[in-house]
Amino acid sequence: MLQFLIRRTFGAVLILILISAITYFMFFAIPQDPATLACGKNCTPDALAIVRRNLGTDQPVYLQYWHYVVGIVMGRVQGGSHCPAPCLGISFANGQNVWDTILDRFPLTLSLMIGGAAVFLVVGLGAGMLAAYKKGTLVDKVFSGGSLVLSSFQIYFLGPLVMLALVFSTGWLDKPSYTPFTENPVQWFTGLLIPWAVMATIFTAQYTRMSRSSMIEQLQEEHVRAARAKGMSAKYVFFRYAWRGSLIPIITILGIDIGALFGGGIVTEVTFDLAGVGRLARDSVIQKDLPTTLGVMLFSSAFILLCNIVVDACYALIDPRVRLS
Amino acid sequence: MTSPVQTEDTSVPGGSGPDVLTKDGAQETKASEGLSPGQLMWMRFKRDRTGIISACVVIFFFLIAILAPVISKLYGKDPYTLYGQNSLTLLNEFNMPSGSFGGASGSHWFGIEPNLGRDVFMQLLYGMRTSIYTALGATLVVVILGVLIGLLGGYLGGAVDFWLGRFTDLLLGFPSQLFMIASMPVITAAFVKPDENTPVWLRAGAIIFVTGILGWMGLARLIRAATLTMRDREFVEAAKISGASPWRIIRKELLPNLWSPILVQATLQLPSNVLNVAFLSFVGVGFVEPTPDWGRMFSNGAGFIQQDPAYMLYPGAAMVIFVLAFNLLGDSVRDAFDPKSGR
Repeated sequence: MLQFLIRRTFGAVLILILISAITYFMFFAIPQDPATLACGKNCTPDALAIVRRNLGTDQPVYLQYWHYVVGIVMGRVQGGSHCPAPCLGISFANGQNVWDTILDRFPLTLSLMIGGAAVFLVVGLGAGMLAAYKKGTLVDKVFSGGSLVLSSFQIYFLGPLVMLALVFSTGWLDKPSYTPFTENPVQWFTGLLIPWAVMATIFTAQYTRMSRSSMIEQLQEEHVRAARAKGMSAKYVFFRYAWRGSLIPIITILGIDIGALFGGGIVTEVTFDLAGVGRLARDSVIQKDLPTTLGVMLFSSAFILLCNIVVDACYALIDPRVRLS
Repeated sequence: MTSPVQTEDTSVPGGSGPDVLTKDGAQETKASEGLSPGQLMWMRFKRDRTGIISACVVIFFFLIAILAPVISKLYGKDPYTLYGQNSLTLLNEFNMPSGSFGGASGSHWFGIEPNLGRDVFMQLLYGMRTSIYTALGATLVVVILGVLIGLLGGYLGGAVDFWLGRFTDLLLGFPSQLFMIASMPVITAAFVKPDENTPVWLRAGAIIFVTGILGWMGLARLIRAATLTMRDREFVEAAKISGASPWRIIRKELLPNLWSPILVQATLQLPSNVLNVAFLSFVGVGFVEPTPDWGRMFSNGAGFIQQDPAYMLYPGAAMVIFVLAFNLLGDSVRDAFDPKSGR
């Protein structure tokens, strides 16, 4: 296990170096002079020269990249002030430390992802299992059909509709907002309830279908039928044997979906006007704030790689047949 | 999904050369004699009522997108004119459409847009046209890249396959939507000076490029798997022995057998590309005014959801029907290709 973790971490670091190199060169080599962007609208040639020196864009790109990487590992001095260890640069838009901004925004995105995943896993797996249990009946048809229809909705369409129904017309819930969990768990929950539910709908259908078919497959496995034949109740067999087996393909897909979940987070944050990392990425792109865009991309890549390692490790815990090698 | 290959696995070893490509093997073992897998698939598909209905819906969407200029002429409106500002009765004092359902009437079927007062029906039609055309372009890029990378990995094997596979996995795991947003300005910035406006064709090109280059992974995996099962088959070996170059084998022996999985995957890819294009416009880095666009109608509509929910209802309902029809169609086509995967 330890060996596995070390190897995967090593691989992840390699991938991150690769991604940072590609994105850095793409962002700072191809487009127009980044210094012009950093300098803003009312820029005199003198000011431009100062900005250029501060950013270091008067140096060759490979040196700039080297300073950037060193900055991430050890911190660097930029724009006259010190930028401590994981230094992702200083934002062009507001002059703030990018790393601090991302850290500040990240709890919201993480809450969205975890809550959304919890909703679609519980609803999706529950509906799928129920549909598999009652295969061929009306319940099965309603659940399978309903999930298909729901999955055809988009976050940016369903979101405003739900807001209209639950917030504007009836006032049952407040406009979605974020309160840190540590501050007020109840408000944290109620504030994010709508975004979670809306975000989950687009994933639920996929998980309903998958858990249904995977469950049906499991129920035909020999060990499950043997358990049934020796007189165990249908319910016991269902939960004790078949359920566990049916989880394996679902965890695989969940691992792949973490990236998509992050993408869903961007739309959700934009739709509900929540200031998370996804919104930060989008805003930075529109403001041409290169350091922030680059920082968010690296940060989220690192986060997703980490999640993938965790998922793979879980995989081995659930299914002893999987070897981590 | 790889059914054409699977049906052939019950192989009656075919002759040599081009005859094999007509897939005789599958027909002689199966009940329906003298039919190609394509015909078999069509026979199964015809019996699937859901599939037929959703195919009709999809074709309908394509038709109105293609015929939008004709419809515009017959309907007598276009997507750019600010009808609400030319006529005093269409918008009320809050610049919201007067009348119920977003001001729907005989002359403006889906009502008019709040504030600007453009015709919603025309906006939607032309918006769908923009989105569907862009998505078609992106799908083409996806198919070319996916087939090329899948074939190379599957046929060449070894180190090439290993690295292409790792690369595919890597891209699959990443938030492609984030990468899409982030690379949009970079691509346009490479061609346009900061103080100039980006022309529409360049925007469309950038969107096609970005969605295409981040969407080929699924198809590549599929093609790779299909190629692997075919690589050691007799007809490929025969071609190899008779001295055909790898490029010729890929082109003449492998590719003709891969058309069906490619088609199925393209059918599934198109709606997801439509959604990606809409996503980019929704977050504000895709198409901009005045180009009519499906996705942007949602970001506009979200601002008016309280005062004028109908404005968003039309594009939203259209999108739900479009995506649902495509999903159902995809299922039916898959079932028709591979009856074993039946639900």
